[in-house]
Amino acid sequence: MTPGTSTTPATVPAVPVLGSAGPARVFLAVLWRDIFVTGRELGVFLAQVVLQPLFLLFVFGKVLTELGYARADYAELLFPGIVALTATLTGLQSTALPLVIDFSFTKEIEDRLLAPMSTALVAAEKVLFAAIRALIAAAVMFPIGVWILGSVPWRADAMPLAVAVLVLGSLVGAAIGLTLGTLVPANRINIMFAVILTPLLFTGCCQYPWPSLAHLRWFQVVTALNPLTYVSEGLRAAMVPSVPHIRPVICLLALLVSLAVFGTVGIRGFLRRAID
Amino acid sequence: MAVTVPAVEVHQLVKRYPKRPVNAVDGVTFAVATGEVFGLLGPNGAGKTTTVGILTTRVRSTEGTATVVGVDIAAHPVAARRLIGVVPQRNNLDRSLSVRQNLLFHAAYHGVPTAERTLRAAELLDQFGLADRAEDKVDTFSGGQAQRLMVARALMHAPAVIFLDEPTTGLDPAARLFVWDRIRDLQQSGVTVVLTTHDMDEAATLTDRVGIMDSGRLLALDTPAALTRGLAGRFTLEIGTVVDDAHGAQGARGGVLDDVTDALAGWPDVDRVETIAQSRGSGHQAASGPEGGGMRLRLYVTQEPAAMVAPVAELLRRCGARLTDVHLGTPTLEDVFIDLTGRALR
Ligand SMILES: Nc1ncnc2c1ncn2[C@@H]1O[C@H](COP(=O)(O)OP(=O)(O)OP(=O)(O)O)[C@@H](O)[C@H]1O
Ligand SMILES: [Mg+2]
Repeated sequence: MTPGTSTTPATVPAVPVLGSAGPARVFLAVLWRDIFVTGRELGVFLAQVVLQPLFLLFVFGKVLTELGYARADYAELLFPGIVALTATLTGLQSTALPLVIDFSFTKEIEDRLLAPMSTALVAAEKVLFAAIRALIAAAVMFPIGVWILGSVPWRADAMPLAVAVLVLGSLVGAAIGLTLGTLVPANRINIMFAVILTPLLFTGCCQYPWPSLAHLRWFQVVTALNPLTYVSEGLRAAMVPSVPHIRPVICLLALLVSLAVFGTVGIRGFLRRAID
Repeated sequence: MAVTVPAVEVHQLVKRYPKRPVNAVDGVTFAVATGEVFGLLGPNGAGKTTTVGILTTRVRSTEGTATVVGVDIAAHPVAARRLIGVVPQRNNLDRSLSVRQNLLFHAAYHGVPTAERTLRAAELLDQFGLADRAEDKVDTFSGGQAQRLMVARALMHAPAVIFLDEPTTGLDPAARLFVWDRIRDLQQSGVTVVLTTHDMDEAATLTDRVGIMDSGRLLALDTPAALTRGLAGRFTLEIGTVVDDAHGAQGARGGVLDDVTDALAGWPDVDRVETIAQSRGSGHQAASGPEGGGMRLRLYVTQEPAAMVAPVAELLRRCGARLTDVHLGTPTLEDVFIDLTGRALR
């Protein structure tokens, strides 16, 4: 007997195997499950991800400028940073916590792990779905920005770079979440959010342009290690090019490298949790 | 290719979990024929779930090979997943979905076409008595309902081999019988069933062949009948007895019971006498009989036990006691387990 092929012998099984779909169809079915479940509670989802950036935008972009503590044009450079923050953190939160809950408590993901597709693809689906959520949240920030600030900086030719940076930023956030969600033990998850999320939020150049940190050199170095910095800077390059920013090429490269690193580590972590 | 491949085959399977001193599965070898109902019987921690985990692609084996329908599980997990249905020990239903959606999405993951999966879901909901709950959320389900739904879910993509890990643990007798009936249905329709259990009745009534596992090893493997036949001559006779009223004093009652035990133990046809319960008249209720001097014994006998009832009754009478009830026992899988390991299953 040579069980070396992936096709099954014709004599068996006695019961015909119903599904013989390729991995693409299986992947779409698994993705559809997540979209279906989130789609039903879109309001809850948006409240979850939009409130934090909304208040940041309101207090820093509106209140502080109206009171004169910040310059009137501060809102212009803050807005791209807040959109970057929304995309990256939504991506992160859409993978990290659900995976911890799934693997440690509900085990709901097991049925999908038994679907006829490679386990790494299940992890990839989680990342892709989280990125879709992140992009929706980022898109919603535009009307909210107009509502709070009166207008948001936008140029017609900002589109390609802005989209590229947001897509990559969402994927990087999701990949970081995959890494954290599979590497951090369940009983440490609260600590993780406190210890990782807060520094991530304030060292990502959302509230200040990176080049302006030149005279705070050590902090500039710290921020350069945060992938979120490149999302903020890339979006500023697209939307408000007059503000000094890191060159778009560097932003895109840094994000690609982050995606490769966190994607690899995250998928490894996922495999370790999925298969004993 | 004309040779029929076993539905499941494992050879010298070993699983050692990281940072564990002993192997969870320790060199297990067996094959399950197509259409067979195969049981793995063993106490907690025997390695049943780990074995099923390897066969269902969720646990990576340390050594050895495992195949389903000829497909090497380690080399081709995706192909193996198409062939198997899994009912896990723990509830892992999708709580974000309704009962019907749990079935529909499962089938979608397995690429069952839309029309086909709608039809099958309706059929299975009916068959499993869940049709009236079809649109409910699964987190309102009781343990028995969840178990039924998980079996139905595993059947949605019509697998060739279905693995059920302790399918009836925690179910009430009616729910248990229901699951047993569904498993018999599966057998009728030619599906191969591999189930684990620590219930010897379940193994004895449901399985064609049963493997007895303990500490990661397969100690014996045969039909339940053949396994118990191996213990032929080891019949048991369980008796309840009370001291006759003539022996009023408490001290005397205790003496009578000792006499009975000694007399029975000295009998050539009796291998061993085991006291199950005893009351020497100090107010404790015996397993049978009234307060004040009675006991329950299990005799391991070498003769047909039915033929021994009359002589035993006579012996009791001579000692000043009376037979209150009799239970004839033929060896069970429990006895097989005790024989193999020297301890009880639970
Ligand atoms: N993920 C794991 N990591 C480490 N050890 C494990 C793991 N899973 C099981 N074990 C150990 O392997 C041994 C066999 O466990 P297994 O779950 O296979 O037993 P079982 O026969 O299914 O028992 P039960 O009747 O309790 O379900 C046990 O000693 C258990 O502690
Ligand atoms: Mg188990």
